[in-house]
Amino acid sequence: MTEIAQQALAPEPSGSPAVAVGAGRAHPVSKDFRIVPLRGLYAVAAVLAGLVAAIATNALWSLDFFHVVSGGIWTTLDLFLGFVLGPILGRLPVPARVELTTRLMPKLMLIMPTVVICTLAAGFQLARHLGYLYPTYPDHGWVVASFVVVAVMAVIALGLLEPANLAVLFELKKPRPNGEVIGRLMRRFIATAGITGAMQVATLVIMTRLATS
Amino acid sequence: MRAADRDEGPEGAPPAQDVANRRYPPVTELVVTSLALMLTGGVLMAAHLPGRPPLALPGGLLAGGACLTAVAVALMSRARPFAWKVFYLVARWALLAYLVIAGLLAFVFVYDGTRGATLAVLVATLAVFAVDVPMVMAFTVARYHDPGMGAGEAVPPGE
Repeated sequence: MTEIAQQALAPEPSGSPAVAVGAGRAHPVSKDFRIVPLRGLYAVAAVLAGLVAAIATNALWSLDFFHVVSGGIWTTLDLFLGFVLGPILGRLPVPARVELTTRLMPKLMLIMPTVVICTLAAGFQLARHLGYLYPTYPDHGWVVASFVVVAVMAVIALGLLEPANLAVLFELKKPRPNGEVIGRLMRRFIATAGITGAMQVATLVIMTRLATS
Repeated sequence: MRAADRDEGPEGAPPAQDVANRRYPPVTELVVTSLALMLTGGVLMAAHLPGRPPLALPGGLLAGGACLTAVAVALMSRARPFAWKVFYLVARWALLAYLVIAGLLAFVFVYDGTRGATLAVLVATLAVFAVDVPMVMAFTVARYHDPGMGAGEAVPPGE
């Protein structure tokens, strides 16, 4: 992967715009992308306002809506990225990989934290509402297990995955991206995306167990 | 040849390959460990809510995590060369985002009637969490930047 990335994003000796070299051809590396799509912030603000309203009203349907919809998006995205798109991305020609990365990652920078906070905040409130948090609840152990799984995913996603995503985007914005840096960060991205995908399978087991108990 | 001469690029900044391989103190390791301690403490407390959770272990984890973060800040402040302008650029936006996230979680606990020492430990845990995440993000980005690069040459998040 490092070797591919180094080849893909080798700086031009002349210092002119960076090129991605794939299949013997040179392609310009697109720098025309936003690291954080500013217009998306309005959507994030609207979703978070809805979340606060759901918690403040403590209405069962709205809490369930936020928890199920956000959790579904979170799980699906993690599984899709980890097990479907990740391997495809690894086999794409390097210029296509760069183009996809610069279009996908900025959106994920907004989507992932938003769906995670909606899932956790609405889920905690929902569990409290339904009495799942009480130690006397028969499946309280499963609820605690879901906390543990989320905590492990959070350490991986917030401590390793998101910083690597951000660093790759900043590197791709440079006049001459460093292939070695991108290769190193992408290795981290691919490994951690697989782990969070596997943890999401555990989440599915726990949540379906709780829903049918 | 002095090490500094060997490392410097044409404008006083290290060449690209040295930027990739430059060694830094274990800031990421320390901050990620602190983050893990905060989340462990959070899980321990959340597992006992809405009752009164035992505070000794979460308090200890909080103190340990805060110490690790402080050590990471101290080590990072002595790192030379380092792209501080890029670090601050990323850190301030990420801090804003994670303060909102931590604030939302604190709102849930307050709204649910968590009070007193339990709330204090939870809020302090969220505060360390809200510092850890921007710090590891900003450090990861800044460590691969030329130290000579100014904030204007770095890329603002919206560009």
